[in-house]
Amino acid sequence: MKKSKHTALSLFLVFLRIGAFTFGGGYAMIPLIQREVAEKKHWIKDSDILDIVAIAESTPGPIAINAATFVGYKVGGFPGAFCATFGVVLPSFLIIFAISYVLRQFQALRAVQYAFWGIRAGVLALIIKALAAMYRQCPKQLFSCILMGAAFLSVAFFKVSVILVIALCAAAGLGFSFLERKKEAAK
Amino acid sequence: MIYLTLFWTFFKIGAFTFGGGYAMLPLVQAEVAAHGWMSDADLVNFIAVSESTPGPFAVNVSTYVGAETGGLLGSLCATLGVVLPSFIIILLVARGYERFRDSLAVRGAMSGLKPAVVGLIGTAVISVGKTVFFPAGFAVSVLSSRDFLVSAGIFLLMLLLLLRKNAHPILIILISASLGIAAGYAPVLLG
Repeated sequence: MKKSKHTALSLFLVFLRIGAFTFGGGYAMIPLIQREVAEKKHWIKDSDILDIVAIAESTPGPIAINAATFVGYKVGGFPGAFCATFGVVLPSFLIIFAISYVLRQFQALRAVQYAFWGIRAGVLALIIKALAAMYRQCPKQLFSCILMGAAFLSVAFFKVSVILVIALCAAAGLGFSFLERKKEAAK
Repeated sequence: MIYLTLFWTFFKIGAFTFGGGYAMLPLVQAEVAAHGWMSDADLVNFIAVSESTPGPFAVNVSTYVGAETGGLLGSLCATLGVVLPSFIIILLVARGYERFRDSLAVRGAMSGLKPAVVGLIGTAVISVGKTVFFPAGFAVSVLSSRDFLVSAGIFLLMLLLLLRKNAHPILIILISASLGIAAGYAPVLLG
């Protein structure tokens, strides 16, 4: 009992540090988890990192939260999962909550408005870079390309709800892979 | 009941976001715009704030929107909402995660979700592009306006820095902010 309390506390502290020092969240956090949790603490094996990424990607929610909950659970059960997740969220929460008090006044300044005018153009470039990276990772069979185009058109031009599109694409993927397996089996 | 609305809205965002980074942007845009919590330009500004502060975008934006609309309790409800789906689902999956990872159903669903996420980020490019280049709506006359040319110049330069030099996002934000300030004060300084 004493040991598990200790583990939960150190999970909290390790993920607090990870949460405080990852900019951009998500994938930027993976090397940090590897160093802190696998190399320093030896809580998990180096090879487990790939599993963590795979699980975090194939479950809903931000990668950072998924990874923290998963590692926490593997290392320290439910209390571990709770402490790791709480730890990874806390720095963002405190920092943004503090910023929320000043951001509006700050944005009223002329110089800041000019700065954000430039920044918005820079953010567009950042999103295009993320799009290019995601596109490269995505399989390019005819089926994937059709879904990609359909998701894009239905949200961008026909204002279909994003949640509906996500649900339908998951269902389409399920159905398509089921049909493919049936075809394979029939051969 | 603003707290319940915040919790439920961000719970949906947490439950239907797949993939990291900007994959959740279209959903956040849709929900935040539907409730009138943030203007399009404010949301794009906030992306830059989130890139320059630690932590995932999802947590940052839920904390911010929560604080702006419902104070401390609001930001607690929104953040709890965005975290909870992940937390619950990972706990359910963690015990038999090899089976989950290798299951044909999960693979099948992922084969549909991956391209969907790419398409959705594509829609974010369109809507953020509109906010950047045509904040007052599209018109041919805008194309030759000074504001448009400055935005286009900064955008192209930053895209070049990102794709050719693999520049860090914070560097991109710093440079584009400086260029924005320079372009904003230039008419005053140059008379």
